[in-house]
Amino acid sequence: MDLNRLTIHEAHELLSKREISSVELTKAVLHRIEEVEEKVRAYLTVDEDRAIEMSKKVDEEGDFSSPLSGIPVAIKDNICTRDLKTTCASRILANFVPPYDATVSERLKAKKAVIIGKTNMDEFAMGSSTENSAFFATRNPWDVDRVPGGSSGGSAAAVAADECIYALGSDTGGSIRQPASYCGVVGLKPTYGRVSRYGLVAYASSLDQIGPLTKDVTDCALVLNAIAGWDERDSTSANLPVPDFTKSLVEDVKGMKMGLPKEYLGEGVEPEVKEAILSAARVFEKLGASVEEISLPHTEYALWAYYIIAPAEASSNLARYDGIRYGVRAKDYEDLLDLYKKTRSEGFGREVKRRIMLGTYALSSGYYDAYYLKAMKVRTLVKADFDRAFEKYDLIIAPTAPTPAFKLGEKTGDPLKMYMSDVCTIPVNMAGLPAISIPCGFSGGLPIGLQIIGKPFDEATVLRAAYTFERATDFNSRKPAL
Amino acid sequence: MEFETVIGLEVHVELLTKSKVFCSCSTEFGGEVNTHCCPVCLGMPGVLPVLNKKAVEYAIKAALALNCEIPEFSKFDRKNYFYPDLPKAYQISQYDLPLGRNGYIEIEVGGKTKRIGINRIHLEEDAGKLVHEEGKPYSLVDLNRTGVPLIEIVSEPDIRTPEEAWLYLNKLKTILQYIEVSDCKMEEGSLRCDTNISIRPKGSDKFGTKVELKNLGSFRAVRRSLEYEEKRQREVLASGGVVVQETRRWDEARGITIPLRSKEEAHDYRYFPDPDLVPVVIDREWVERVKAELPELPDARKKRYMEEYGLPNYDAGVITASKALADFFEKCVSAYHDPKTVSNWVMSEMLGILNETGKEVEDIPFTPEQFVKMLKMIDDGTISGKIAKEVFRDMFDTGKDPEAIVKEKGLTQISDEGELEKIARKVIEANPKSVEDYKKGKEKALGFLVGQVMKETRGKANPQLVNKILKELLS
Repeated sequence: MDLNRLTIHEAHELLSKREISSVELTKAVLHRIEEVEEKVRAYLTVDEDRAIEMSKKVDEEGDFSSPLSGIPVAIKDNICTRDLKTTCASRILANFVPPYDATVSERLKAKKAVIIGKTNMDEFAMGSSTENSAFFATRNPWDVDRVPGGSSGGSAAAVAADECIYALGSDTGGSIRQPASYCGVVGLKPTYGRVSRYGLVAYASSLDQIGPLTKDVTDCALVLNAIAGWDERDSTSANLPVPDFTKSLVEDVKGMKMGLPKEYLGEGVEPEVKEAILSAARVFEKLGASVEEISLPHTEYALWAYYIIAPAEASSNLARYDGIRYGVRAKDYEDLLDLYKKTRSEGFGREVKRRIMLGTYALSSGYYDAYYLKAMKVRTLVKADFDRAFEKYDLIIAPTAPTPAFKLGEKTGDPLKMYMSDVCTIPVNMAGLPAISIPCGFSGGLPIGLQIIGKPFDEATVLRAAYTFERATDFNSRKPAL
Repeated sequence: MEFETVIGLEVHVELLTKSKVFCSCSTEFGGEVNTHCCPVCLGMPGVLPVLNKKAVEYAIKAALALNCEIPEFSKFDRKNYFYPDLPKAYQISQYDLPLGRNGYIEIEVGGKTKRIGINRIHLEEDAGKLVHEEGKPYSLVDLNRTGVPLIEIVSEPDIRTPEEAWLYLNKLKTILQYIEVSDCKMEEGSLRCDTNISIRPKGSDKFGTKVELKNLGSFRAVRRSLEYEEKRQREVLASGGVVVQETRRWDEARGITIPLRSKEEAHDYRYFPDPDLVPVVIDREWVERVKAELPELPDARKKRYMEEYGLPNYDAGVITASKALADFFEKCVSAYHDPKTVSNWVMSEMLGILNETGKEVEDIPFTPEQFVKMLKMIDDGTISGKIAKEVFRDMFDTGKDPEAIVKEKGLTQISDEGELEKIARKVIEANPKSVEDYKKGKEKALGFLVGQVMKETRGKANPQLVNKILKELLS
């Protein structure tokens, strides 16, 4: 049995019955990494020794009451892990070892998770292909000449290639869902405020959210249970009760009303993707839900407003990387200004610099009203579209991305083309809503993702529909042939 | 042409909260470098600020004491700029929705009350400090102060003279000390002041070009720099020149201001709402509660001292300018029948010795009760007023009880008429010239003779008694 192929709930069952040990499971994952990592390149850091040590400890204690106990997890490299390098795939943080845990890391550790390593990503989560990593590009396990998506490409690829049991990612404009779609795994972006951002290295604070990347919907619910909930260290986390999301794992969508926005199936959406989404809609209808075409009229503006708001916040969030206190400092410099200039010129990659400049410009005196303020108004309109739709519908279904995974290098020369790959996911972040991506088809051997968007803090309904769809279809059972 | 000076003040005051404004680190002054820090105030990657409620309460308290309106909705913004003492490369501050607006302070100028408007009060975080070591090609950064809560109090341009600016600052400091939100120690940096000054033709409703002054280390420096700058700008205008909009630095040693940076070099701070913090909705009940808890403020206290204790305007003003002094005064008055006597002692002896020694009211080693005991010893004739001053100094130096001092030093007043008469006769014998003068009608001569008796008794003789005895003997 290849233990590394197990889901969380399968592994948990075997661990609970003592049929396998955490050490065996961890070693199977480490073995798989050794086997395929050269092709996939999902990890920036593999923390082998501590992972084994932790799994031994869990085995010795023998307490598997937590469903995550003793199970290896991969964490995106923008989520702080105490005493474990956290680089954001940037040269400027190449040597950064946080003296603290992100709240999610702390919560996973409290559940006795085994942290296997830190996954590759687009630098500071800015990108849609993981090609913006300062260190190397991650490959799509379904076709290693293609990108895994991004920015959580390392996490998605690691889950798809069974190089971990599950992973954490972060999603600012689609960075969990789009790679989940490209890699044929399940990826959930919770409602903004559902999961603490403390310790998530900020890209765009008003949009960033941490979420799980898993092999199935059940695992997704289990991980969300562990990481969700109010955190006094994050003022933007919601002080709301967190339901037990495993209660949503019910095969029943009867009477559910779903909206299918026409704007998400228009120009730029590949026919195979459109077909997969329409047949997914038919699956839901057959299961007793109703699906109606709806309109979210401000969708077309969301992407452009996002590329004002996110860079504006990023320009401020990334200003702290100045070479003074931590991270990498340029070697030779004349004076303070020169230190700043050289450190930041050498430390940041092209896309990060592009967004810092965009954001700085948008916030500058004389341009603020025309750009930032206007973009914030668009954001309000985008959210209002969703609010109106949710008066009538329980869920909105849409493609996660307009195409399946594209080839490495295909879009690196054209930022706008690259930005378009997040056109279906960005409006959801702008509105702060929960949304999941689950496999719903294939095109030329490449996975296609179905996006299910829910009302604020209603991850439960999203998970229920996703679980029902997963049980009714077999897209989830296919594995890439690496 | 007649000119008019227009001055506005921006005062930063550190709040006396125990912990910092966005994390739980200590705000204590003077700790070992970089020991009052955590990932949050160090601006490490991924950390988030959480607003300290006490800091908001103190800011509201200050805003209420300065007669401000408290909005129902306020928020925090990021002020972006690079500097090594600012770990996040932005300061969390408040841009367009501050915690207080439209307040005022009243000062007394030339016997009249003048109202100086306060445009706004906002809450923000302090930056750290750079430590420059002489001869070293680098600077060190101490981030203990980073994140200490500050309020910025921005006056309206209602101030017309450097003296008014000085009075405004003193009044502001007094009020903030009364409500105990800040210790306002300029030497420890817990109160800092920048000024704006411009000159315009008298009667004009347009402002002249303003100059901002920095590096003002004391209230005196504020006043002197404004006096210098007022003169400089007037001379520029009088000679047909133009004042340049710029920031100038006060050079304390040379007593002049020097250009620091021009308007073109001014920062664009790119303010925008901090997405890590949620807007603050200020509960009306909370504001009412804070308002109800405000202590009696200096103006009200002064008025009461004049009405209740009959103190002159000046004395009441001086005593109430320091909360500690006024508290001391009031404790004395509650145990002593004559407030004016207490006031006289406080105004002359107490302030005199504090001034002389550079000490604060808080440093006074004796209690109001001990002080009242001393006053009562004068009243019952145990010591003379003159001896009392000596006893007072001793109390200040040693903190000893007045009775113990009088006993130890044998300072008890001589009121034995027989003994005094003996000494008086001796003095009369020794000074025939004065006796003659007195008899001729020179009243002054009697004073001399009294002085001689006092000298013989080393000041211990009861002066009223000596006077009486001498008059009797010479009549």
